Amino acid sequence: MDIFYTKDHEWVKVEGRSGVMGISAYAVKQLGDITYVELPEAGKEITKGVVVCTVESVKAASDIYAPVAAKITEVNSALESAPEKMNASPEEEGWIAKLEISDPDASKGLMTAAQYDEFVKSLG
Amino acid sequence: MKLTPLYGEHKKLLARFAPFGGWYMPISYEGILAEHKAARESAAVFDICHMGEFVFRGDAAELDSAVTRNVSSLPAGKSRYGFLLNDKGGIIDDLIIFRTGEEEFMIVVNAATAENDYEVLKKRIRAGGLTDISAETAKIDLQGPLSRDVLKETLGIDTALKYFNFAHFEILGEKAMISRTGYTGELGYEIFINSSKAVELWSKLLSDGRVKAAGLGARDILRLEMGYSLYGHDIDENTTPAEAGLDMFVDYDKDFAGKKALLSRKAAGAAKKKVAFKSEGRRSPRAHYRILSGGKDIGEVTSGVFSPSLSCGIGLGFVEASLPVISDIMISDGGRVELKAKITDAPFLKETSLRN
Repeated sequence: MDIFYTKDHEWVKVEGRSGVMGISAYAVKQLGDITYVELPEAGKEITKGVVVCTVESVKAASDIYAPVAAKITEVNSALESAPEKMNASPEEEGWIAKLEISDPDASKGLMTAAQYDEFVKSLG
Repeated sequence: MKLTPLYGEHKKLLARFAPFGGWYMPISYEGILAEHKAARESAAVFDICHMGEFVFRGDAAELDSAVTRNVSSLPAGKSRYGFLLNDKGGIIDDLIIFRTGEEEFMIVVNAATAENDYEVLKKRIRAGGLTDISAETAKIDLQGPLSRDVLKETLGIDTALKYFNFAHFEILGEKAMISRTGYTGELGYEIFINSSKAVELWSKLLSDGRVKAAGLGARDILRLEMGYSLYGHDIDENTTPAEAGLDMFVDYDKDFAGKKALLSRKAAGAAKKKVAFKSEGRRSPRAHYRILSGGKDIGEVTSGVFSPSLSCGIGLGFVEASLPVISDIMISDGGRVELKAKITDAPFLKETSLRN
């Protein structure tokens, strides 16, 4: 499984046509304690770059964008009652949605883990 | 941007900073929720050095003419919360007045408004005797149910101070003032000490394992859970104490700047009234969201947060004063966010250690 990142700090793990998405450790650190996640609906088609859902922290509400074009097959409903999982484990237990990726060239325009690390460092 | 004497300490603790009232202040350290929990369940220490302190030496009647509270009747060793009003009855600032002697008072004001407050007070107190001691005064708040134990065991100060009372103590070889006040709704103290001792006092308090450093993020949630107003958000120059539901902090039995306007605005009927509300679910209401009733826009949210203590959204706002009593409202951001809410009494939290 490969992991890719957007410059808006979403990640997507890709294995063939299936994927999982969430937000990066850097993103949750910036947001602070997450108190609410407005999950998307399973079955929804999303296009790359559109708002998928909203995450609220004690500081602000932030939109989360689709890293790839896909159909949402499952959402992490555990986040409804325990949004703090996103802080504790942003890239594992804190996943947001499972995806059926529609774009065969999904990683195009996304960063690899190494590139994303460099990108985050450049943000200071 | 101004820095407090504790800026270096906050850097060491890897705090997140933001501008607040002209100051670069710590918003959080470990995390807002953990810091909120420390204040509610144990003890938290806050750098409040940005707030302003003035000393007035002179006749109490002079100060009485400038602020809404009766200070002539205030006994030494006690303090009162009140307002500085403009000539339209609007709130220039909210403040606490401490009577430190027969003819000596300390006035504690908000950071962003301090400079203007000083000018207004100076004009009103014609006899003089007002000094700004903000620069040499550090204010460090210790708040939480265990704060009395911390004072005793870590600072060696055994005190039975009652709510809104204060006294002077020796801390780190320096005369300091400790007041049983705060902005969290818990048992707690505000410590005023010479700025040169701020770092030492801060470190000493944090050496107690029961104490966590807390930032302005946690402080905002703590105060809102108690329904306390924040100047510039819930109260401002266009709002009277009566509209803000704070008329009990106005002593009408004496004369003061703004009283005439207050009385005539009261007689004419207020344009808006303050409401406190709880919203359903974990989504947070936020300042400037609209308040709707029966599909009609009736007002605006002035403060809103997710309350960790209640696991729901809470907020304060203003609605049109002419409305009949309503309970069910909607909170809307004008777009996708629509929250069902109910108007309720403040404070949102009833059982705290405040009066322990």
